[in-house]
Amino acid sequence: MMLITCPFCGKRNESEFIHGGPVGAVRPDPNAVSDEEWVEYLTVTPNPLGPVQEKWWHARGCGEWFTIWRDTRTHDIVEAPDGTK
Amino acid sequence: MAQSNRRAAGGRIDRNRPVRFTFNGKSFEGFEGDTLASALLANGVRVTARSFKYHRPRGIMGHGPEEPATLVELDGEDASGNCPVTTVPLRDGLSARSVNCWPSPDFDLGGINQLFARFIPAGFYYKTFKWPNWHLFEPSIRKAAGLAAAPSAPPAQGHFEARNAHADVLIAGAGPAGLQAALDAGRAGKRVFLADEGTEAGGSLLSRNLTVGGRAAMDWVADTVAELSKMENVIHLQNATVWAYREHNLMIVNERAPDQNSILERSWRVRADEVVIATGATERALVFGDNDRPGVMLASSVQAYVNRWGVTPGKHAVLFTNNNSVYEVAVDMIAAGIAVEAILDSRNEVPQAALDLVSGVTVHTGTVIGGVRGRKSVRGVRAVPKTGGSGVWIDCELLACSGGWSPTVHLWSQSRSTLRFDDDLAAFCPDQPKQACRAVGAAAGNLTLDQIIEGGEDLSYGIEPMWRVDVSGQRGKAFLDVQNDVAVSDVHLALREGYDNVEHVKRYTTGGMGIDQGKTGNINIIGTVAMQKGLPLQEVGTTTFRSPYTPVSFGAIGGLRENWGLFPYRHTPVTQWNKDNGAVMYEAGARWRRPGYFPKAGEGLQEAVNRECQAVRTGVGVYDGSPLGTFELKGRDVPRFLDFIYSNIMSSLKPGDGRYGLMLSEDGLILDDGVAFRLDENRWLISTSTGHADAVNQHMEKLLQTEFPDWQVMITTVTSQWNNATICGPKAREVLQAVGSDIDLAPEAFPFMSFREGTVAGFPARVVRVSFTGELSYEVNVAPRHMAALWDKVMEVGAPFGILPVGSESSHVLRVEKGFLSLGHEVDGTVDAYDLGMGWAMSNKKPDYLGKRSVELRRSGGGTRRELVGILADDPNRQIPEGAPLTPGGRKEATDGLVTACVWSVVHNRWVGLALLEDGHARQGETAHVRLKDDVIPVTVTKPVFHDPEGKLLRS
Ligand SMILES: [Zn+2]
Repeated sequence: MMLITCPFCGKRNESEFIHGGPVGAVRPDPNAVSDEEWVEYLTVTPNPLGPVQEKWWHARGCGEWFTIWRDTRTHDIVEAPDGTK
Repeated sequence: MAQSNRRAAGGRIDRNRPVRFTFNGKSFEGFEGDTLASALLANGVRVTARSFKYHRPRGIMGHGPEEPATLVELDGEDASGNCPVTTVPLRDGLSARSVNCWPSPDFDLGGINQLFARFIPAGFYYKTFKWPNWHLFEPSIRKAAGLAAAPSAPPAQGHFEARNAHADVLIAGAGPAGLQAALDAGRAGKRVFLADEGTEAGGSLLSRNLTVGGRAAMDWVADTVAELSKMENVIHLQNATVWAYREHNLMIVNERAPDQNSILERSWRVRADEVVIATGATERALVFGDNDRPGVMLASSVQAYVNRWGVTPGKHAVLFTNNNSVYEVAVDMIAAGIAVEAILDSRNEVPQAALDLVSGVTVHTGTVIGGVRGRKSVRGVRAVPKTGGSGVWIDCELLACSGGWSPTVHLWSQSRSTLRFDDDLAAFCPDQPKQACRAVGAAAGNLTLDQIIEGGEDLSYGIEPMWRVDVSGQRGKAFLDVQNDVAVSDVHLALREGYDNVEHVKRYTTGGMGIDQGKTGNINIIGTVAMQKGLPLQEVGTTTFRSPYTPVSFGAIGGLRENWGLFPYRHTPVTQWNKDNGAVMYEAGARWRRPGYFPKAGEGLQEAVNRECQAVRTGVGVYDGSPLGTFELKGRDVPRFLDFIYSNIMSSLKPGDGRYGLMLSEDGLILDDGVAFRLDENRWLISTSTGHADAVNQHMEKLLQTEFPDWQVMITTVTSQWNNATICGPKAREVLQAVGSDIDLAPEAFPFMSFREGTVAGFPARVVRVSFTGELSYEVNVAPRHMAALWDKVMEVGAPFGILPVGSESSHVLRVEKGFLSLGHEVDGTVDAYDLGMGWAMSNKKPDYLGKRSVELRRSGGGTRRELVGILADDPNRQIPEGAPLTPGGRKEATDGLVTACVWSVVHNRWVGLALLEDGHARQGETAHVRLKDDVIPVTVTKPVFHDPEGKLLRS
């Protein structure tokens, strides 16, 4: 069970959180994109071997949604790669 | 003679406290402080088990969790299966049986398997029983294999519990290294959690006669334990196994019998800043023909029985080694009166310091065992030069072996930290840590006491590895994994057949897959593979170490979370009234307990439901709608937010009005349905289905926090802040009037889909005109503290009108008659609003809302879709099972629909159903066919509404 740092509550057990998936593309204007672009937005999410930015919800705590960078190989919670936030 | 192998004095047992127990039905006596294994050996019991596959007679080989040979099943109040005999503390009245044998290990009918042994090679399970399938054979094979059965009932008394803890340092193991680490950390003021699997602290020192600074090592242990016990920052547990190393230094500890009277086992979850792995080392078996005969033991185990438990496991012994550690064992054996006939050392040179310890004992260097005499007990061994030759027979009944030592790296490896093969130690040792942990003592490869504590004195180690005896003329199987009956020949076969990765060898032969996880033998398997392939051990590598390190009972893992305790039920204030009035309680989603129906004496489900439905359709009924998910939304941007998450327009509602709507997910599927009411300019109330309340909450919070962080919308869950009694039926208005309210209930003053605040029965109330039954309906919401009183008042005042409480069975009937959809019935992961005939809910005016683009995209592909229809069987008394498929013409081909609901309609006095049917909207009036296993039911396709299609009643 991972130890996740909520920006408000500090370090808490993973069981207090709900995983909200990787941070994907920004939602495009649905009326301004092609079918292909829309399907790409809906279905293609980052799934790297290594650090990935993810959304987590402190559901059994303060209710905050926030992001962390997690290494998918090790479950280590890591610093954001250079140049990202 | 009782306890014929017990020494007259010595050991950490209490001879004044005898303990009676039974083993395989026979009574024995041991002493307080014994394990079941030490007591059996004290009583001279030799054959204690039969092996898993070949049913060979087996004895006790180890003295701790490494025991590979004897598993027992405990009866009575501590019933549990597959316990290593060496880890069962002796207790008065203990009753144990060997697994794998029937009727007894001495006379085992399954032993006949030995005759067929050559037909059961490695990969046996892969190659055999392929036709028609494995499951046909599995039950009888499992029975023949004879591992213990699970207990059939929970323990009669006592319970399991779980605890959480935090520590600066968790130390696994209270041997010399662990105690030293605990002392250092404790003195530095750190919060220390020290856990050790043994009954008392000391680890290997409990079994050895070593000294620290000239004093007995156990005196050092006693002093250290005493000092630790005075430190308030130290938790020190014995009988507590650290069995799992999880992510981010979460350690799981199983503490046994912390309180004999009430707590059977306690599961600790400890989050530690640092983990110190002081788990010691495990002695390895040596591999030679018939190395599994009763009387063949680990040398360190013989030493433990002699010193710690005052037991001599045999009178004439031979020792067999490839390192120095057995010389000290020989000294202790001689002191205990055991005749050491010879020491066979596979090395050509033995250090003088070791030889000096055993002057007078014959030491054969460069010598190995080429054969073993005896079946139910060792009677002699053949000592042969490792270069070959006929050798000499030496009589003995005890054979103490040491194949060297393996650092116990299970926890280290579970943490994903890496191992390296150390050529000097001939062992896999901790290399790079991958979490905040370090290994100390023998676990780190420091195998002698002088390396571990200051002043410790010990002989050097000096191993020359020997993974298996490799001389010609050996007979009998040479076992690598005694528990799973895996011999050298099986590994050779696996390699010949192409299973040459060590993980494949493990799975093909099952070597290392027993409950001992190959603690004494895995290294020999790796060595055997390395020898055969001509590779260094580092390149062969180890198999993956997984938790649990030793077996853990399911009870300990579950803790107090038994039955409903796993997820507690949620109740409304009416629960007690429901139970008092004979309700059959159901779970209604999201762990809410709701009444299913209210049978009168002698009444069945259908009669009760018919009665309740009749009351709602012709008179009045009331149900407790409290579990419906309810949220209050507040803020300037609520209208645009609701317009985004609902498919229809909500922003146009005036204060006091409400609307039914659908929530879609971004991929165009229906997430939920419910109603939204505008309380005032900036305050809104929305409801969700009971089971989806949490999901909708998550959905809304995620959108607001991650997509629209600048929108001013605050969400408050008010499901349990408001409870409601929903009065429904043609007489609902009269009943509410009689209950008493200051709200004008006239239809024109308080129309359908509107909301009023006021008092009901004297309580502050929010009254909502919604209808999930199709009848005139008032949802009266009050604070939970008023709910029970409101309910009583409604029932009392409603009695003259014939009011009945309505359960969820009737709610289902009423909504199906009306054609109202239900998530999980009509709504699955395929249908959209158009399929349900609810295209009106898909706004054409809004350029964008959640799911819009995806629905359009999906429908733009054309083709037919499954659409919601009503179905009526030709025979009105024919019930159609919910979920039954529809097929074209009732033929055995691909389905073109399914029945989503079928209920007895009190309006029509017949069964009516709903179905999703391919192109259903266009097929009204046609006949479709429900196909059952042995029947076909023709049905007429209708509109999906059987009652008041114009909706006059609910608006009345
Ligand atoms: Zn938080």
